[in-house]
Formats: sequence, structure tokens, C-alpha cells
Amino acid sequence: MLPRDTLAAHARLLDEVGRVDQVGVEERVAKFTTRSVKKTAKLWGLRTAVSMTDLTTLEGKDTPGKIESLCRKALRPHDDPSVPPVAAVCVYPSMVRHAKSLVGGSTVKVASVATAFPSGQTHFKTRLAEVRGAVADGADEIDMVINRGAFLSGDFARVEDEIAGVVEACGAAALKVILEVSELETYDNIRKASFIAMGALRPGDFIKTSTGKTNLNATLANNQVMIEAIRDFYLDTGIAIGMKPAGGIKTAKQSLHFLIAVKETLGDAWLTRKRYRFGASSLLNDLLRQLEKERTGAYQAPYHFSDATESY
Amino acid sequence: MSAARTQVRIPVTKTPKVYIGGAFVRSESARTFKVSDRSGAFFGNIPQCTRKDLRNAVEAAAKAGPGWARRTPYNRAQILYRLAEMIEARSLELVDALARFGERASDAERGVSVSVDRLIHYAGWADKYEQLLASVNPVASPHFNFTVTEPMGVVGVIAPDRSPLLALVSMVAPVVASGNTVVALASETAPYPAILLGEMLATSDLPGGVVNLLTGFRREMLPTFATHAHLRAVYADVKGEDRRALRAGAADSVKRVRFVEGAAGDWLSDSAQGLEFIRAFVELKTTWHPIGS
Repeated sequence: MLPRDTLAAHARLLDEVGRVDQVGVEERVAKFTTRSVKKTAKLWGLRTAVSMTDLTTLEGKDTPGKIESLCRKALRPHDDPSVPPVAAVCVYPSMVRHAKSLVGGSTVKVASVATAFPSGQTHFKTRLAEVRGAVADGADEIDMVINRGAFLSGDFARVEDEIAGVVEACGAAALKVILEVSELETYDNIRKASFIAMGALRPGDFIKTSTGKTNLNATLANNQVMIEAIRDFYLDTGIAIGMKPAGGIKTAKQSLHFLIAVKETLGDAWLTRKRYRFGASSLLNDLLRQLEKERTGAYQAPYHFSDATESY
Repeated sequence: MSAARTQVRIPVTKTPKVYIGGAFVRSESARTFKVSDRSGAFFGNIPQCTRKDLRNAVEAAAKAGPGWARRTPYNRAQILYRLAEMIEARSLELVDALARFGERASDAERGVSVSVDRLIHYAGWADKYEQLLASVNPVASPHFNFTVTEPMGVVGVIAPDRSPLLALVSMVAPVVASGNTVVALASETAPYPAILLGEMLATSDLPGGVVNLLTGFRREMLPTFATHAHLRAVYADVKGEDRRALRAGAADSVKRVRFVEGAAGDWLSDSAQGLEFIRAFVELKTTWHPIGS
């Protein structure tokens, strides 16, 4: 049982932002997987998904060579010139300078996780210093994690203040706030955390589902709760916040389901990489495979494509 | 009361499902086609698989491939033998199914027993073919030169309409014995024995995805068998125009295509089994290992 003041804090915030209808959300998202998207619409969706991908490698074994492969793939995912570059490469802060030297001057952004990713469990000063360091090295975007401990204990002011502090440290860099939905337990909590984060963000910043380091990642339902929060926040304030589901999106078909959710909840204005991203490593290869299938009419073998970044 | 209960019993009919990736599924398209037995009576709605089911089956086969190929040949032999045991135990059911779709009772019985024997034949080969196909090669340089076999990967099998069990077993067994995985299209006119075979595969210790059995229309599926780049070979019992279409479609992905030769009915003979059918679906890898002079 949580302390009385923690419960009260959660209840007050819930009154403010509104509850999530769990069954309603799950039934709604189940419908997204039944849409039939074919031919030109499918091609458009696949290409758009490529252009929205944050090609990610976040591993202890990352090397400069591996980052270089990632960046080359980000710039030119496939030899077919109609396939666009991805939105960004997402790396650890120590690799930002190197990545920037490879993709600088192109449309591909360098995103860096910071703030003691993935747990966030270190001093706030240290987390801020990490953000400043990454921005100074040339990061265009920062992916931060929220303080889940503070959130769950009802200390929302601290969560919001920390996000505001990171926003300030980011300067011109865009910020993506990772809620780590698997640690928030309920849809109500995801909605609450979304509103706390959006309250501190600037237009053009993002909220993001997960670090990809836990067992439960981006699902259509989590995505739906968050994009509905974005919609409600936009209708209230006029501030357009972006969305980034991350982790667990491995197939082209899944990514199309997410795009359908975006189109039917937020509308065409969010179907751009400025407002919607996929955090993924293996998704890109499946997108390329399906694009090549559409082009040639033949199902493709996975080994006809350069290595997925997960297998470097 | 009890009399009424014994008089009326609602018939319990089986929904035939195809065996893909170790699970029994309906067609992705939810389409079915009606199959009648030899008397012309309605028998059941069989899944009418499409190219998407084939795609899913190839994904399942590709996933199962490395694990199956890594098993020791001895273990693959044991599992094929186990499959033969499973068929033997349910042979009456298979004989009945074959007879129901047009085979004479004696032919059906013979077909099932030869199917079991054929599996045992290839179970025996599983840990012996390598000794015969591999070689140490004399070369005129300071190298130790040797050739070993490797499985090709995912192989497509297109079974004939006749001999719906024996032909299918005879085509699938030599392919999986060497560590390949299979996506097979069953007889179009008598698909039910293949559905029963799927149920036996599921209880045979054969890992899910090693053998995937589809039912449906050959003309619909054949182009995808030909062009799917992930299928490394196709073993088909087809004739004429179908052969040409398979060869042409397979050219882009440089796929090995092998056709069944000989008249229908040959499946019973010993000439329908042997090392050559294993050899047809392995790659030979030759290594030059420097040894100094």
C-alpha cells in the first residue's frame, strides 16, 4: 500500500488529466491491425516508416567502426535511390562526435541518449552534465529518461522540474522524454506521465515509450494512450508534441499498424518525421525487404540485405 | 429421457487445419475449399492457402533451420524414426483417409506401410550420407583438400495429386534428413492425408517449423514457390507448363529446381528412395587447407 500522500497526489493528477478506458483502448488498437493497406498506400507507408526511423545501437560493445556502419546505412539504407535516408542515428554520448562527423551536413540527425540511460538512477547534476556534453559534441536530439522513482512516489514536481532542467540544458537540441512505460504499471500512469512531460516540453519535442532495455516495450496500446494524451494536450494548449515508440517494433507490418494509429488519432499533420519516430534497429531491414518485394514482386531473403544493426 | 439422449447426438466434425511453424492454423486469408470423398459426399472445408501463408511458412522454416541443421545427424535419425513410429501407430486412420479419397483399400494399406518404411530408410541415411558424399580430394599443391556437405536451407516441395501420403513423405524425408527445412504443398485433390500427417509431425519430436504443410491450389501457389528468394530449392512433381513456369521464376534467385521423373505409382518401388535424393538437396563445400610442403 502506497503512503496516503502518494495516493492523494496520484488521484489529484488523475482528476486533472482524466482516466484511460483500458478495455476501450485495447479494443480500439485491435482494429488498427485489421486495416488492409495495399499497393501505393503500402509503398507510401513503408517509405515514410523508413524516413521516421531512429536507427539505434545502444550496446556496451559499440565501437567507432560499428557506428560508422550504422551511419552509412542511415544515409543510404538501400541501393534503390527511391528509399529515403532514415530520420536519425541514436547512439550513446561517447559516440556522438564520431557519428556527427559521419552524418553531419545530411538530413540525418544525431540523437544521443543521456541522463544515465536506461535507469536514470544517478545525481541530477551528473545527468545534466551528460546532456550538456552530448549537445556540445554535436547531438541534434537528446533522449532522456524520466525519474520513475519520483513519479511512482507521487513527487511529480520533481519529475517535471528535472525535465525542465534537461530542456534548458538541451539548448537548440530537440528533446525526447522516455517514460519507460513498462515501469509505470498502468495506462493511467502512462497518461499522467505523458502530461507531466508535455507540460515541460517545447513544440517539436517528443515523448517516447521506452528505453528498449526492458522486456515490455512499445505496444500499440501504450502508443495509443500516449498519442491520445498528445491529442488532448494539443487541443488544450495548441502545443504539438511528437511521439516516438521504441523497442519491440521489428516488422514492417507492425510499423504500418502504428502509422494507422497515428493517422486515425492525430491526423496527417503527425505523419512526418518531425512529429513521429520509430526507435528501432531491426525494423529497417524488414522495411527494405518489403519495399524490395513490392518493387520486384518476389519475396526476398533476409540475407540479401546488409546486416541489421542489431547483428553488427 | 435417457432414450432421447442416446437417439440424438450432434455430430462432431473436425476443422482441418494446416501445420505451419509447429502450430495448426487456418489460411491467413481465411479462405477454404470444399473437398468431397470418393462417393461425392461433402467431406470438409480445407484451408485454401495463399502466397502469404507460403511466406509465413518460409519464415517459420527459416527460423527452425539453423537449430535443425545443428542437431547431430544421429539425433535427426532418431527423430525421423520417431515420426515413423507415430505414423505406424495411427496407420489405420491414414489407411481409412486414403481409401476415403479414392485409393483401393489394399493400395492404401500398402501406401501407408511403405511411407513408414521410407521414413525409416531415410532415418538410417541421416548419419551415413555424409561419409559417402564427402571426400578428401587429391590436389597437386601443398593443400589438404576436402569436401563436405551442407544443407541448402529452406526447400519447397510441391507434391502430386496422386499418392497423397506416400509421395509427400517420399519427397520431404530426404530433404529434411540432411538438415534442410521444408515448406510443402500437399495434394490438391486429396489434401486430408497431409493434414493427418501434420498431426503426426507435431507429436514426433520434429521441431516446429522443420516441416510445414500447406493445402490449396497449385496454380495459385506455384509462382510464389518459383520466385520466393528465400527458398533455395524446389522439388516438384509437376508437368508441362508448370515446369516451365517454375524454371523461369526460379532463375532470378538462382534456385535449384528438381522435378520428379517417372510414372505415377513408382513411389512404391525401391527406386524412389536412396542417397541420390539426399544429394539433390545439399551444397558441397570444398576447403583448401594449407599444409606446407
